[in-house]
Amino acid sequence: MSISRRDFLKNSAAVAAAGAVGISVPATAQEAAAQAESDWRWDKAACRFCGTGCGIMLATKGGKIVAVKGDPAAPVNRGLNCIKGYFTAKIMYGADRLKTPLLRMNDKGEFDKKGKFKPVSWQRAFDEMEKHIKKALKASGPEGVAMFSSGQHTIMEGYAAQKLWKAGFRSNALDPNARHCMASAVVGFYQTFGIDEPSGCYDDIELTDTVVAWGSNMAEMHPILWSRVSDRKLSNPDRVKVVSIQTYTHRTSDLADIEIIFSPNTDLAIWNYIAREIVMRDEAEKIIDWDFVKKHIVFAVGPVNIGYGLRRADDKSIKENKYSALEMETVSKEMQKAVSAKEAPALEPYGYKEGDVMKNIPGTLGHWEISFEEYKKSLEPYTLEYTAKIAKGDPNEDIEQFKKKLQALANLYIEKDRKVVSFWTMGMNQHTRGTWVNTQSYNVHFMLNKQAKPGSGAFSLTGQPSACGTAREVGTFAHRLPADMMVENPKHREITEKGWNVPLGTINPVGDQHIMKIHRDIEDGVVKFAWVSVCNAYQDSASAHHWINAAREMDNFIVTSDGYPGISAKVSDLVLPSAMIYEKWGGYGNAERRTQLWRQQVVPVGEAMSDTWQMVELAKRFKLKDVWGEYTLRSGTKLANVIDAAKKMGYTEDTTLYEVLYANEKAKSYKADPNKFPQKGFDNTEVFGDSRNVKGSDGEVFKGYGFMIQEYLFEEYAGFGRGHGHDLAPFEVYHQVRGLKWPVVDGKETQWRFNVKYDPYAAKAAKQTGADDFAFYGTLAKALPQGDLKGIKDETLKPLPNKAKIFARPYMDPPEMPDEKYDTWLCTGRVLEHWHSGTMTMRVPELFRAVPEALCYINPKDATAKGFKQGELIWVESRRGKVKARVETRGRNRPPQGLVFVPWFDEKVFINKVCLDATCPMSKQTDYKKCAVKLYKA
Amino acid sequence: MENTTKKPQISERRKFFTNIAHNAGLGLMGGLLWAGYADKAKGSALTLRPPGALKEEDFLSACIKCGLCAEACTNRPSNISKETGKPRPGTLKIAKAQDDVTIGTPFFIANDVPCYMCEDIPCVPVCPTGALDMASLTNKNNELDFRLMDMGIAVVDPNSCIAFWGIQCDACYRACPLMDEAIKLEYDRNERTGKHAFLKPIVVMDVCTGCGLCEKACVTDKPAIFIQPRDIALGDPGEHYVKGWDIKDEQRAIDQEIGDVTTKTERSKKGAADYLNEGVDFE
Amino acid sequence: MSNMKYLILRRISQISLLVLYFGANAFGWKVLTGTMSSSSVFETIPLSDPFAVLQMFAAGAILAFDAILGAIIIVLFYGIIGGRSFCSWVCPVNMVTDAANWLRRKLYIDKIERKVWISRNIRYYMIVLALIVSFVSGMAAFEIISPITILNRGAIFGFGAGAGLLVAIFLFDLFVLKNGWCGHICPLGGVHSIIGKYSLIRVKHNSDNCTLCMKCKEVCPEVQVLDMIGKRSEFVVKQECTNCGRCVDVCNDDALSFNIRNYLKK
Repeated sequence: MSISRRDFLKNSAAVAAAGAVGISVPATAQEAAAQAESDWRWDKAACRFCGTGCGIMLATKGGKIVAVKGDPAAPVNRGLNCIKGYFTAKIMYGADRLKTPLLRMNDKGEFDKKGKFKPVSWQRAFDEMEKHIKKALKASGPEGVAMFSSGQHTIMEGYAAQKLWKAGFRSNALDPNARHCMASAVVGFYQTFGIDEPSGCYDDIELTDTVVAWGSNMAEMHPILWSRVSDRKLSNPDRVKVVSIQTYTHRTSDLADIEIIFSPNTDLAIWNYIAREIVMRDEAEKIIDWDFVKKHIVFAVGPVNIGYGLRRADDKSIKENKYSALEMETVSKEMQKAVSAKEAPALEPYGYKEGDVMKNIPGTLGHWEISFEEYKKSLEPYTLEYTAKIAKGDPNEDIEQFKKKLQALANLYIEKDRKVVSFWTMGMNQHTRGTWVNTQSYNVHFMLNKQAKPGSGAFSLTGQPSACGTAREVGTFAHRLPADMMVENPKHREITEKGWNVPLGTINPVGDQHIMKIHRDIEDGVVKFAWVSVCNAYQDSASAHHWINAAREMDNFIVTSDGYPGISAKVSDLVLPSAMIYEKWGGYGNAERRTQLWRQQVVPVGEAMSDTWQMVELAKRFKLKDVWGEYTLRSGTKLANVIDAAKKMGYTEDTTLYEVLYANEKAKSYKADPNKFPQKGFDNTEVFGDSRNVKGSDGEVFKGYGFMIQEYLFEEYAGFGRGHGHDLAPFEVYHQVRGLKWPVVDGKETQWRFNVKYDPYAAKAAKQTGADDFAFYGTLAKALPQGDLKGIKDETLKPLPNKAKIFARPYMDPPEMPDEKYDTWLCTGRVLEHWHSGTMTMRVPELFRAVPEALCYINPKDATAKGFKQGELIWVESRRGKVKARVETRGRNRPPQGLVFVPWFDEKVFINKVCLDATCPMSKQTDYKKCAVKLYKA
Repeated sequence: MENTTKKPQISERRKFFTNIAHNAGLGLMGGLLWAGYADKAKGSALTLRPPGALKEEDFLSACIKCGLCAEACTNRPSNISKETGKPRPGTLKIAKAQDDVTIGTPFFIANDVPCYMCEDIPCVPVCPTGALDMASLTNKNNELDFRLMDMGIAVVDPNSCIAFWGIQCDACYRACPLMDEAIKLEYDRNERTGKHAFLKPIVVMDVCTGCGLCEKACVTDKPAIFIQPRDIALGDPGEHYVKGWDIKDEQRAIDQEIGDVTTKTERSKKGAADYLNEGVDFE
Repeated sequence: MSNMKYLILRRISQISLLVLYFGANAFGWKVLTGTMSSSSVFETIPLSDPFAVLQMFAAGAILAFDAILGAIIIVLFYGIIGGRSFCSWVCPVNMVTDAANWLRRKLYIDKIERKVWISRNIRYYMIVLALIVSFVSGMAAFEIISPITILNRGAIFGFGAGAGLLVAIFLFDLFVLKNGWCGHICPLGGVHSIIGKYSLIRVKHNSDNCTLCMKCKEVCPEVQVLDMIGKRSEFVVKQECTNCGRCVDVCNDDALSFNIRNYLKK
């Protein structure tokens, strides 16, 4: 009896499922399953999509990925997936995969900015890149050469990019789209703990009694974690409480015992209300864990007049009138704004009253220590009355009802033996006061001693699969170096330069070109070369029309590396076909500090090559004399010529960046052995080349680098963190395990950082302080001047080793709020079915069919009032632009009156043309969650 | 007629009756063929009709096949394509000869274009014959109410529904215009993993309108949730028993026609006297 | 062209109705929506096919007022004014059968005598039969086989396999029986014949001018209605006359013209 292929598939699934639940499978089916799997190779990998970090198993046959299953051994997901993960097998084989480099050319075959895309060789592609990078370096110095990086870069890619940019081109214009995703969380961590990334882990879910989701639609954005929250709720429905605190009702409220719909930006007030309840209730002395606070906490504050991260009046493009009068209505708030009636009570302790003109000084990370009394003073305005008045987000909700919910929320946090986890995602991060609201979450947890403990803690969830692993830990941000080191810190630069074996002084100390700044610098004509890598920078940035205009109309050269053509590729001059995730060796780090590595499963399609390869090949084109000369930066800072220093290190001026950064002696010590684990039995295009014989940068068939480049990049990078609280296990280990949560000390992962019981670093630090419970051993900004809410009084820096901080942060209005002309809040975000800009998921037929277009979710009453019918097309227009979208009054997202929600995955509903590029002035993360729009029939 | 003279004489009377018989026979033959075709032409019992459609039998007699409902569906403002500015294919199709649906009558295929449940239900008021019954969609406030639509019912195949495997899908649930009312999630603990929950879609029979948005959104190769006409998909417990614990259940029974309440079984076939007079068999 | 005047006007009428119907679906025009089974003019005036309504009654349907009103409007219009003009000025199948007829003449099929005789009264039996079958089957019986609605719907919603029936009718009229469908079988034609029996607009024959060229009889689809040609000056009163005006078109002698029947002057 023959069994069709479909039967094979069915049988293997049956056996896998049966094995998992312990059901016996008929022998014939077992036989069929064994047969079915015999020509399938299964191997583990991490899911391509969100920051949850699910483990998957991939089946390969005939050089193609044919199936996927959740990895039953993966602790995060235990064999389960969400529907994006379920379709991982289908993401790489869309009919329109990019397969060859494409260059805009005229009829003569010359590059022409106005030309049409035509296929070119890799060699030609690198010729153009080399030419335009050299041109940009000449015109603007290192600040003129930029890369839009990503929280979806693998660890190795991110590290390769960092080396090429920061050491090679001496440019800090390297910033990931993770900036849009969790920069506020990062600055929150830095300010509070002095070190990045969460103290807890996902095990908190199973251990906690209370899950509070703040500005996070976990149910759609972290479905597997949500199913764990759901399970926890089911395990003890009376004890376990779930609270959903959002600006509109969505799936996460389904399970909630309390749902709080607040007016955009007033999460700042709600956190302060909870804090006020903690410090000002009559029994406050019993509520606050003074023992903990006195031992481990100092109180601090920073300036409040920090602006909104918008363009400033002296920016070139503003002076050149590239911003319309309408746009300037909002942009002008960046320079100064009048204190509103709504925010005046909150700002009163900081010395402002209603009507005062607040002169804004661009964002600063500076802050100073204050007394507890001062902190208490900052909380005084947040009475239940005031908080409820400004924070109630649903105009149709009864205010008394709302007050009761706020009280219930505070009570849940305060309840003595109740464990509480606060989760948040973009609602708190994409926020013009994102850093503030992040630090506020720790305030509450600290005062109650509910942080860094099993089942308790404030926990920032990340959106991207390697926002933590790559963007943050490797440090592909403009201001960062590996392992929490900073470019502005001379000591950190020195450590890095030594690690990279480049001359001291190579690294540029000015790291201010964050992702919005890169866009703005392109518009200002400073950045002349930009490379979009593993992101969709032109679809995902707010005020999009400015950046697209700048890319298409100005003298610059934009390159996009991608698997599929999207908006960024469309506005580029050169498009490079990239190997997608399982077509290369790689590694991701998820939101609970879990690092996961995978092997190359298949040879890439067409002539697609990995992003690492693209960077390494480009490095071959640059000699030290091309890049390491003297430069004067815009700020006046001089970068010294380091060529002589390089010669002393044994390089010549003709040594290529390839030899310095990638193919050095250390690199070559990582021997490539096709018969050794983990290489054995798998492709490795970068190391050995592959059967396609793709012609490389020099026009010759690429035969591979000959050494284990992925292991080299990983190990060199890991070297920076080992012994400094970021310890990673060896490369090989990660190919044996289902990921490990760093710091990995003596082969053991760490579940709760800063907690002496669980974190060896905390244990070590605690020995010095004499504490027996916690040590907040982060080292950034751990010496502060003294002052009060209004300013610094004593400049002497007082050290605060092993301490964390509680910050006084007021409620403030966002720069753009609904008014008569633009009467509605616009919030943007994602849907479960699609990943980011949809380049991958919109190519999966099932996901496309499930959600083919982005809708404008609106309250039915608003729709009726404006005369919109369900499904009708309307314009969503802001001061910056407009898009046409279909009205949806039902379904998954149910905004209160006065707010609409539009997801951004659909390039045909290009909502980022409407969004405002205001950022948290400290973290520079864009606020996609609020701007003012008007709606009218299309 | 002229030739009759050459044939043997038949009486006029006889000719008259023969003619009648001849014509009646032909008519009967044609009629039988026609009626037979009509029976076949009634099409599949699985057909999904527009909102407010009368019961299939009544609908077939009342639908004049004018297509006004389909035109209204295609040309509703909410069906304008964003790209072209022109109408997209509407939900309602008019059956062609090859469809397994009575020719000329409106129907829809949920997996192709589902019903978007417009609040003004444009397809119904245009019906000239009442085959699409406005009254059935009118609520107490005398307004058209899409919640009263009753085109079919969603049925979940728990074997192929990946949410029942533990996959976090619920695409159908999110697509449901009456989310949390017509499709609810049933939360169950996943004992295998020990820390995840199943979020299983459950159709609430009396709320689901059969619009088919769930079927369209379903991500499995062949949808694991699909729309069936209610008559096909649902059982009927009868009117003789009312759930004592559910106040609404009484209405269900009241709504059913109460016919003859006499019960008949094999045992009760004989009348009481007949039975008694049978005598008793002692052997 | 003068001998094509009414033909051209009829084609304009038939085609523009189809265009209006088509536009109603494709572009949302509101002039004439629906199909010939039932339509709506400017979304206010209902029109419906009286025969379809009759069948539906037979099928046991309880109809809404709109459909009945629409049928009454149609009956009144054709009954008082138009006569059987539906068949020649509105019905799209007329174009198919006319085409068959034209080809029949071109191919000289008419010249080859064939012994196929079918009574022109079959259509009336068809009406009865349709009503009986409607009663038995519980749905409008003619509407499930009517080539008129198949063609009409096809032009609006796209053709399906039903288009085969139209080809069959074309071939039937071409090879089997002259004016076979419209002149013999179509029960809707029968219904309109009955409705239009006493209508005012009629063709009038003036035998004084007649030269007995017989061109009128050559083109007439219901040739039996022209039994007065060359004999009596009178209105063409037989109900089967479709008011197509072909006889008026082809008459070079001014012996035929449209006129209004005057019941008052007897």
